Amino acid sequence: MMTFEKIKRTGPVLFSEYENGSALKKAISIGRNEILAELKESGLKGRGGAGFPTSTKWMLTAAAKADRKFVICNADEGEPGTFKDRVLLTEYPELVLEGMIIAGYVIGAKEGIIYLRSEYSYMLEFLESKIEYMRKYGFFGKNILGEQGFDFEIKIRLGSGAYECGEETALIESLEGYRGEPRNRPPFPVNTGYLGYPTVVNNVETLASVPHIITKGGEWYKKFGTDKSTGSKLFSVSGDCKYPGVYELQWGITLRELLKIVGAENTKAVQVGGASGVCLNESQFDKKISYEETATGGSIMIFDKSRSMLEVLKNFMEFFVEESCGQCTPCRIGNVKLLEGVNMIEKNDYTLEYIDKLKELGETMKIASKCGLGQTSPNPFISILDNFKDEIFSKN
Amino acid sequence: MNTMEKTLRSPVSQRPHEIKKTDQLTGIGAEVSIELNGIKMKVPIGKTILEICRDNNIHIPTLCYHEDLCIAGNCRLCLVEIEGMRTLQTSCSFPVTSPIKIKTFSDKVRKARKHIVGLMLSEHYGECYSCVRNNNCELQSLAREYGIDNYEFGHICSPRYNVDKSSQAVIRDMDKCILCRRCVRTCIDLQEVGVLEAVNRGYDTKISTFMDKPLADVVCINCGQCINRCPTAALHANDPSDEIWKAIEDPEKHVILQTAPSPRASLGEEFGLPPGHSMTGQLNTAARRMGFDRVFDTNFSADLTIMEEGTELLNRLRKALVEKDTSVRLPQFTSCSPGWIKFIEHFYPEYLDYLSTAKSPQQMFGSVIKTFYADESGIDPANIVNVALMPCAAKKFECNRPEMNSSGFKDIDYGLTTREMAKMIREAGLVLPDLPKSGFDDPFGEASGAGLIFGSTGGVMEAALRTVYELVTGRVVPFKNLNIEVCRGMKGIKEASVKLENCRPEFSFLEGIDLKFIVAHGTANAKVVMDMLKNGELKDYHFVEIMACPGGCIGGGGQPIPTSESIRKLRAKAIYEEEAGLPVRKSHENPHIKYIYEKFLKDGPCGKLSHKLLHTHYVKRGKFIN
Repeated sequence: MMTFEKIKRTGPVLFSEYENGSALKKAISIGRNEILAELKESGLKGRGGAGFPTSTKWMLTAAAKADRKFVICNADEGEPGTFKDRVLLTEYPELVLEGMIIAGYVIGAKEGIIYLRSEYSYMLEFLESKIEYMRKYGFFGKNILGEQGFDFEIKIRLGSGAYECGEETALIESLEGYRGEPRNRPPFPVNTGYLGYPTVVNNVETLASVPHIITKGGEWYKKFGTDKSTGSKLFSVSGDCKYPGVYELQWGITLRELLKIVGAENTKAVQVGGASGVCLNESQFDKKISYEETATGGSIMIFDKSRSMLEVLKNFMEFFVEESCGQCTPCRIGNVKLLEGVNMIEKNDYTLEYIDKLKELGETMKIASKCGLGQTSPNPFISILDNFKDEIFSKN
Repeated sequence: MNTMEKTLRSPVSQRPHEIKKTDQLTGIGAEVSIELNGIKMKVPIGKTILEICRDNNIHIPTLCYHEDLCIAGNCRLCLVEIEGMRTLQTSCSFPVTSPIKIKTFSDKVRKARKHIVGLMLSEHYGECYSCVRNNNCELQSLAREYGIDNYEFGHICSPRYNVDKSSQAVIRDMDKCILCRRCVRTCIDLQEVGVLEAVNRGYDTKISTFMDKPLADVVCINCGQCINRCPTAALHANDPSDEIWKAIEDPEKHVILQTAPSPRASLGEEFGLPPGHSMTGQLNTAARRMGFDRVFDTNFSADLTIMEEGTELLNRLRKALVEKDTSVRLPQFTSCSPGWIKFIEHFYPEYLDYLSTAKSPQQMFGSVIKTFYADESGIDPANIVNVALMPCAAKKFECNRPEMNSSGFKDIDYGLTTREMAKMIREAGLVLPDLPKSGFDDPFGEASGAGLIFGSTGGVMEAALRTVYELVTGRVVPFKNLNIEVCRGMKGIKEASVKLENCRPEFSFLEGIDLKFIVAHGTANAKVVMDMLKNGELKDYHFVEIMACPGGCIGGGGQPIPTSESIRKLRAKAIYEEEAGLPVRKSHENPHIKYIYEKFLKDGPCGKLSHKLLHTHYVKRGKFIN
């Protein structure tokens, strides 16, 4: 059954006024190079969390020579505490679809795939009906909007519940029918992606930003946010606050400002960026949320003073032990060791020397793991133990 | 023939990144300037960092990497630091395409490698001194290399899995597995069997068979290639040496060892010699000192195989060409390799009629020993224990096949691998390379060189051609020094033909025929050939040799570890060199072969008695798993 978000929010960029189809029409009239120039001007970066410049990704794929190319929309929103893509897909599906069509137009792809997380399978029919609706207006099929040779179709494929499949190469492996495990990079998907063809994999929010940038211009987009983090960001706010939900706010907002907006009081800690993000304490609440200072794919989890930070950490580490794909050694065994460390602290049976060794192991995992999962999973371990050491090690 | 190439079946995540290289060897587009540990150098574009380091004598530790397999990049031990990159990069998978600065032993790199070895050891159950791979274990070597003197991240104290001893060939001890997945890639890519795959996720990841069934119940062909590529003892062969020792101790038992050519070419490696030294004479002495009652040369029964298989081929050709019998299946496929037999039984059961019915040399010898030899020497066959030293894991399965009892007894009692033989020799306190040489025992003392070259891919074909050509035309094969070079070498699939002209009157039906043949090794290549057969592309061919293992028997699953293409080439060289110096190089000229057909198998090759003792039938196994 299809459900919709109850709370409608407005925001400066993504949730601003928009006429469906206007971006695609403009895109076709200004041509590929102009679109890429606008995107570059806008400074749009990947909204999944890694923050790779979108224009560069598209340019590389456009430059790759191949018989087939693909646009993949990464809707495997699996980061704990993230639910903003769900809102976009149910409230503004046209934006996302249009973003994909424009991506296809720019890179020369005729095929698009939405990799929808299995928990969102209830949206499947709804999204398919949107595609059919847009087809009536000539947005899909052959010679789209009269542009000769511009064909585009979108298929929706469901994930099967693995967190790892949000990583773009693991997502592609999963699409190809293999175990969801990351590939070696290089080669990068822009050259060797789905079925070996050049592929753009973009987050839902990234794709939804594109039509706004095309219609209103890179210059306009750049006005929001900070120098290096342009535009706005959707935040999935959860935890100890009065008004949890999805917010569109400009990059550069401080945590303190955000906490005020969402009605958080008595806040002890904020986990920025989901389970794989970092956990900040009150002395760090003046940090700006931005790629420069504290990046996030959107998840903001708020913990007030009643929470045990060790329990919070344990919860995160259990998640990673469960969700590591098991391919590479640092992530597969490393996360188990970090969790064991948390359990040792819980039982008050540990030495600080060993905990320090585990932190060093965490640093190794960050640089030695094969993909983003293992490279970020030590973040909560290290940041919670560092930022809340008085509380956690008080028993000793 | 374009179709004669295998394709990779493993996931893309475990494949190398192929960089298009220019034809020129130097200049723009062909080379790139890099800095390796502070040394500036020019390297060809597309070479991986690992290859470059090896070219420059810089040792990089590896574990999931294996020369024979595609790249996985999952153990993370070969990490190096590249200036400007946030994370360390695996040198095995990273092709150099731009000017980069690489550090192979920076602080970060050394620390990361040590951590990774520590993590592996924490989950690696068991102790080195009670392990079959002690002193030949890659994990152990790495621990030493990185000065591991304690279990930094603990050590698992109780087993997590049951040891799978169901298979007669391969034992799986998953508690020793470090999940490098070499076995998975071996099984799916090198052999195209695909019995092993990683299942579950995270900490629960393990290598499993279909539905976690015992190995004996799935489509494993027992080739043992996974054993040769396992860095630890997670996979090892089913070792019968205790029972063999018991038989040797028993005064009632007459224990006979037959030795195949490939173990003799590789056994020296187990005693510290470089690959490529044949140990035939020393092994004979060792066997006698250990208490084996007789030592026979499997090459004798290889000669016998050629007589039977060659005659069978000529019979098939006669039936097809003269009698126009449409039920005759051609090309005829060789049947010496038990891994290949089980492969075709599982994957191409509808094509079993194409196989020669001749038993493998091991099994032919078994039934001849327990009949002819027992009779001649007056020994009760019930007291004969036949031990076969083979380069092979699948021979263990083969000798246990229920149909292999045509002597009235179990024809071969034990299949022993090269590695297990080496262990037995060490147990006996013998240092193989230091022993004097001695010959084989009668009545099968001499064997021809044709039997010897069975050990290498193409050897059976070469041996068969020498005999068949001469039988048909009365002349020796038209190749210099009898060396049929087209059969030799490590190319996956080789094909060639020999024109039969001026035939003897009884073979006039072959006059002018181009005898076309194919040689393939490794079951991945066998699959290509079988698919060609399926597509009707082999209609003009007459004879196909297939060996389950890459390189043939010299690369068998029972051979010393490590095994790689360069080592296989050296072992093959040892065999061909030994062969060139032998007085008899054609199976049909072996005097002992002539003798056995005069005295025992009186109705000749493919006669009635031959059929009973030297030929067999096959089982349509298919892929259905209960």
